[in-house]
Amino acid sequence: MSATRSLSDDITPRLPRGVRLVDSPAQGGTVLLAPERVFKPDAIALAILERCDGVATIAAIADDLAAAYNAPRERVLGDIKALLGSLADKQLLDL
Amino acid sequence: MAAGNGQLLYKPLGLLAELTHRCPLGCPYCSNPLALDRRADELDTATWARVFAEAAALGVLQVHLSGGEPGARRDLVDIVTAAHAAPLYTNLITSGVGLSKETLAALAAAGLDHVQISIQDSDPASADRIAGYDGAHARKTALAQEVVQLGLPLTVNVVVHRANIGRIGAMVAQALALGAGRVEIAHVQYYGWALANRAALMPTREQVMRSVEEVEALRSEHHGRIVIDAVVPDYYARYPKPCVGGWGRRSLNVTPKGRVLPCHAAETIPGLDFWSVREHSLAEIWQDSPAFNAFRGTDWLPQPCQSCERREIDFGGCRCQAFALTGDARAPDPVCHLAPAHERIVALAAAQADEPYTYRR
Repeated sequence: MSATRSLSDDITPRLPRGVRLVDSPAQGGTVLLAPERVFKPDAIALAILERCDGVATIAAIADDLAAAYNAPRERVLGDIKALLGSLADKQLLDL
Repeated sequence: MAAGNGQLLYKPLGLLAELTHRCPLGCPYCSNPLALDRRADELDTATWARVFAEAAALGVLQVHLSGGEPGARRDLVDIVTAAHAAPLYTNLITSGVGLSKETLAALAAAGLDHVQISIQDSDPASADRIAGYDGAHARKTALAQEVVQLGLPLTVNVVVHRANIGRIGAMVAQALALGAGRVEIAHVQYYGWALANRAALMPTREQVMRSVEEVEALRSEHHGRIVIDAVVPDYYARYPKPCVGGWGRRSLNVTPKGRVLPCHAAETIPGLDFWSVREHSLAEIWQDSPAFNAFRGTDWLPQPCQSCERREIDFGGCRCQAFALTGDARAPDPVCHLAPAHERIVALAAAQADEPYTYRR
């Protein structure tokens, strides 16, 4: 986790070229592939990443997930920002 | 290594595809073997395409197209097309010399995911001297700019040794200026040509300690701007590296003529029986070839590794290094301070000589 950036709610995050979510039955689910790195996102990270399409704002993603998981929106928003900030620091996300 | 119901115990994640041993450069630390495969013996396009499809079916996620210089293959665009279709995340590891701008654009269109370009030093004259090729550095930086222009992610790979260890900061600055998202600071690993040039490449303990601190400082300085991955200089380490994440556990390597190895240096170990993709499927080789099963898991481990609490962390270290330094591939890696032969590596690390490089040719 990083405290190096504060993300505004109207950012539209997306996976940059060279970072892809791939379904791999052999490896037991969806993996995030990046330059010479492989990550296995947990269910929450995956739900967030699948919504990072360069169109949806962070606010819209938080609305969507808060409704889908019946969770407090402020907490969902905080989780999203923490994850996305950390991924951006690792060059895994364009903000 | 089957776990009963046809399920493999281990599933590889990465495939290193050495498309050719041909390369215009002569880097004295090249990881290719001293006896290079000949062009006439290289696998053809169709065989590579089959290997990629078999790799994907086996669970492999990423293919690293390497060499030699992969740009020496005239069918490189077809190879990338096949890798992408497999489907595999496709990474090109290039010297940056001998790959045209036009070919690079065609590779990007064919589905290439990422490019790694090596630079030998931040100082062009020194870089060209290390590569044994006049003008190499300028061509590398020009190609790196093309990669970024095309919108492809770029990693700059820097191999560190005595001649450039004082310029790690400058090399990271160069990677940033080129637009790389990632830089690999890889201390020389002493196999193949690097082993032959060990005394000329070996940095001092003081240089190594300073470089480790410098990399840490650079990581905080550039946090969020560039990813800095480091490969530690293991002659000065206390514990061995878990070579390739454990023998026959995570990755496989196919040589230009089709032999399948657990790691790129495995052919240096005598008596191992490597199978070829010309005769077997990749799944058969991964599961049943004697070479892959020779040091798999932990049952074979000698003492003190067998009773060590780190045995699932480093798997006794590197087999090729154990053989190169003790003559016994089953011995504990001498890098470990608990290994009987550890004193030998301490002595070798202290043996430095300003002698001319034996260039890889």
